[in-house]
Amino acid sequence: MKIEILGIGCAKCKALYENTKKALEASGKSAEVVKVEDIPSIMKYGVMSTPALVIDGQVKFSGKVASVAEISAML
Amino acid sequence: MLKSFADYIVFNLIGLIPGSRSGEALNFFIYDTVKIFLLLSTIIFVVAVIRSSFPPEKTRRILSHKQEYVGNVLAALLGIVTPFCSCSAVPLFIGFVESGVPLGVTFSFLISSPMVNEVALIMLWGLFGWKIALIYIGSGLVVAIVAGIVIGKLKMERYVQDYVWEMQVGNGEITVMNLRQKLDYARDYTLDLLKKIWPYVVIGVGLGAFIHGYVPQDFLVRWAGRDNPFAVPVAVALGVPLYSNAAGVIPIVQALMEKGMAIGTVLAFMMAVTALSLPEAIILKNVLKNRLLAVFFGIVAVAIICVGYLFNAIL
Repeated sequence: MKIEILGIGCAKCKALYENTKKALEASGKSAEVVKVEDIPSIMKYGVMSTPALVIDGQVKFSGKVASVAEISAML
Repeated sequence: MLKSFADYIVFNLIGLIPGSRSGEALNFFIYDTVKIFLLLSTIIFVVAVIRSSFPPEKTRRILSHKQEYVGNVLAALLGIVTPFCSCSAVPLFIGFVESGVPLGVTFSFLISSPMVNEVALIMLWGLFGWKIALIYIGSGLVVAIVAGIVIGKLKMERYVQDYVWEMQVGNGEITVMNLRQKLDYARDYTLDLLKKIWPYVVIGVGLGAFIHGYVPQDFLVRWAGRDNPFAVPVAVALGVPLYSNAAGVIPIVQALMEKGMAIGTVLAFMMAVTALSLPEAIILKNVLKNRLLAVFFGIVAVAIICVGYLFNAIL
């Protein structure tokens, strides 16, 4: 599983990154988590509000910092 | 009811004397903080529920290939309800222009979205009354529409960074939320925002209360009254570095108005605080060349200054 966090390095993006890490730890699943900060790559997903979470190439949500519980449900 | 609550705490529990400076300042502080937090939490929640139905992807679809004028008006109006944070300004800008939203229409949105925001409106409503809040919304929309139309007329497309036009933009799916998800989103959004702005509100209201109680009446008439023609441009210039602290700035401004600052100057200052921000300019530099960035700031500043003079003259 590959998880991407889209965002141009703002505070919210960091918060989402942390929450995603925690959700992964809690679920015991393993995945590669990458921050995607360059604009062309973000735009490729058609996302217009950051931060956004992408799992295996699919945009799960954008424009909010999801809670650990919410992310766990998506893993 | 809130008034008697504040009276009871200050004059009965603490035992300060009604009419004394410290008593009035503390009374003012308690009354205003409680009122503002009640207003903020309820209205931000309601606005967030409405916003959850207007993701930017939907706004973009409504605005793409719209003509000038109609497009500018729609964009300014949608700016009120579409959630916007300056950290998303770049993907939003690219998403808009790539899907065929005209440049001027995009700017109408970019100007209205941060300026006509719910926090500024609630604070204005709570501290200045609904008339001033409505005047603020109305003139904010006019500034966004006019500035967008002017930028559109100037045909500045070539001053957008070149890579923007070559970018491949994926098809963002519109995520539809059910009612439960909307309410959850609104609750999280409200808590997040309150967590972020509460210190500014408390400090702002505190300073306002201090000015209210200690600064002499008519103190500012000479400098910030309607007869000083420099007051409006100076207020706009001062507003630029105070970005995003609308919550803290409004209570101070309200106290200053009591001491003689003219209403047009107050409105112009507020608009400069919300609409002209250095961090946003730095972020927008990623997509705009210097010339367009300067034109954007210049036009918005001039429009805001006109609003200030207009209301100083007629109110």
